[in-house]
Amino acid sequence: MKIAVCIKRVPDMDLRFAIGADGKALDPAGLKFDIADFDGYAVEAALRLVESQGAGEVVVVSVGPAAVQETLRKALGMGAHRAIQLDAAEVPFDGMAIAAALAAELKEGGYDLVLFGRMATDSANQTVGPMTAHLMGLPCVTAISKLDVADGRGTAERQLEGATETVEFPLPAVITIDEGLGRPRLPSLKGIMAAKKKPLEVKPAQLGAAHLTVDVIALPPDRPPGRIIGEGADAVPELIRLLQTEAKVL
Amino acid sequence: MANMFAFAESRGGALRKVALETVSAARQAADATGGGEVHALLMGAPGIGARAEALGRAGADVVMVVEHAGLERYSPEVFAATAAAQVKSGGYRGAFFAASAEGRDLAPRVAATLGVSMASDLTSFAFEGDALVGQHPTHIGKIVTTVRLTGTPAVVTLRPGAVLATDADRTARVQQVEPALDPASARVVVTKLGGSGDAQLDLADAPVIVAGGRGLREAANFALMEELAAAFGNAAVGATRAVTDDGWRDPSTQIGQTGRIVSPDLYVAVGISGAIQHLAGMRTSKTIVAINKDKDAPIFKLADYGIVGDLFEVVPRLTEEVKKARAGS
Repeated sequence: MKIAVCIKRVPDMDLRFAIGADGKALDPAGLKFDIADFDGYAVEAALRLVESQGAGEVVVVSVGPAAVQETLRKALGMGAHRAIQLDAAEVPFDGMAIAAALAAELKEGGYDLVLFGRMATDSANQTVGPMTAHLMGLPCVTAISKLDVADGRGTAERQLEGATETVEFPLPAVITIDEGLGRPRLPSLKGIMAAKKKPLEVKPAQLGAAHLTVDVIALPPDRPPGRIIGEGADAVPELIRLLQTEAKVL
Repeated sequence: MANMFAFAESRGGALRKVALETVSAARQAADATGGGEVHALLMGAPGIGARAEALGRAGADVVMVVEHAGLERYSPEVFAATAAAQVKSGGYRGAFFAASAEGRDLAPRVAATLGVSMASDLTSFAFEGDALVGQHPTHIGKIVTTVRLTGTPAVVTLRPGAVLATDADRTARVQQVEPALDPASARVVVTKLGGSGDAQLDLADAPVIVAGGRGLREAANFALMEELAAAFGNAAVGATRAVTDDGWRDPSTQIGQTGRIVSPDLYVAVGISGAIQHLAGMRTSKTIVAINKDKDAPIFKLADYGIVGDLFEVVPRLTEEVKKARAGS
């Protein structure tokens, strides 16, 4: 089984963010980067599938500048077999522009599955997977939390709001991964050493035109500072009064 | 003057709340650009057309109804092909979807089929000349990104709760439409829809969310949360990741960075310390109440109204007082 996993390098979300000088991107000072959360789950899912089938290849792909090689090496350290950097000075915000580059690379690759995280934690658009699928002409299932593959067909589960969908589809297919298929493994020391010798190919990204762009980014408006209105059950009547008269939600 | 398209999401033959929000948003967009028409697409099993009237009240001038025995459940390829065909032939300026699980699956397929880009999960938007400009929470809600989308139609998903459903008091004309793809020929098939049978409100639809964390100590104590939710009458029960990871609650109720992002009128956080990953999923709630025994818990920095105390004393009292308050109103 041959699986491609498309991954993105994103800032560590636990850090405090500041706005960069151009107002369109984060101030890079002090940022740390890692593979996007759901993309880590996608790499894990691919590795487990290949392990359970006993044979296969996991190819990790990322669009971006040379810095994404660090993210690709991490996935190689987890156990992916080889990596492709689709070189671009920056990652467009427009999902269609990214999908064009990925589809151009993956279309003739003979992959049984193309996996994505369900969305990147930074841009949070959740569009690249299904758009890439459309451009490749492949069936697509998004945001799955369970996956079984057998005899050229897949069965997946998707979490909806308060419900679960079971979805069946033929391979080859494009799948985007939510949580639930198993936490991403950490690269072992042996894995990290091996990753240095694994092939990492660099090709120019054939990006599409970007029609979705960033005007400006900002920190969200501050909420008023928190207020403790009292202690213990005796504070409940005051809470009720405030919910009725001030917040007007009761 | 520009006409707008709205996808009206339904499940199990009933409209979802986001369907009315999506139509209302399209109504606002049409009115703001010179008073064009709003055309809503409603798809489902035979009988779904009965829901068209509610879409008219929310602001639709036309409801395009697709009824097919093969569409009892969502069918991504059939829905995408049909929506794309209708959007293309209708010449709309904007095509609106909800940023729900279904809308987030459907809208990118429609945009790609039409060969246009799209903007996701907008909390507000306006047409400015040849562009649509909107606000999109990114970086787990720690950044607000203002995006600019050019091209026609402007395909967007709207964050649930961002645009309130309005009563436009219209009567929609109903048009029967055939699916653009035979459901029997779809490659991707939803074979089962489970867990939606209970009448309990979903997190996305509930004006009030009561959420519990590790402070509840064990799964059985979530009965307190169920009772509090029942007292509000319009509440759903959410949980932190620690709680769903431990299997106390269903994973679909996890609120936070890797779970559900919610924005109810009232969020009651019980026994939740307020880890940043949890705050990412609820910080845009309109009013936040926190009940926690630790006065230094980070949740109190965010809470409009905090009560420091033993939740096993505070919550039953709150349940009782909410019941009284609602009985009196």
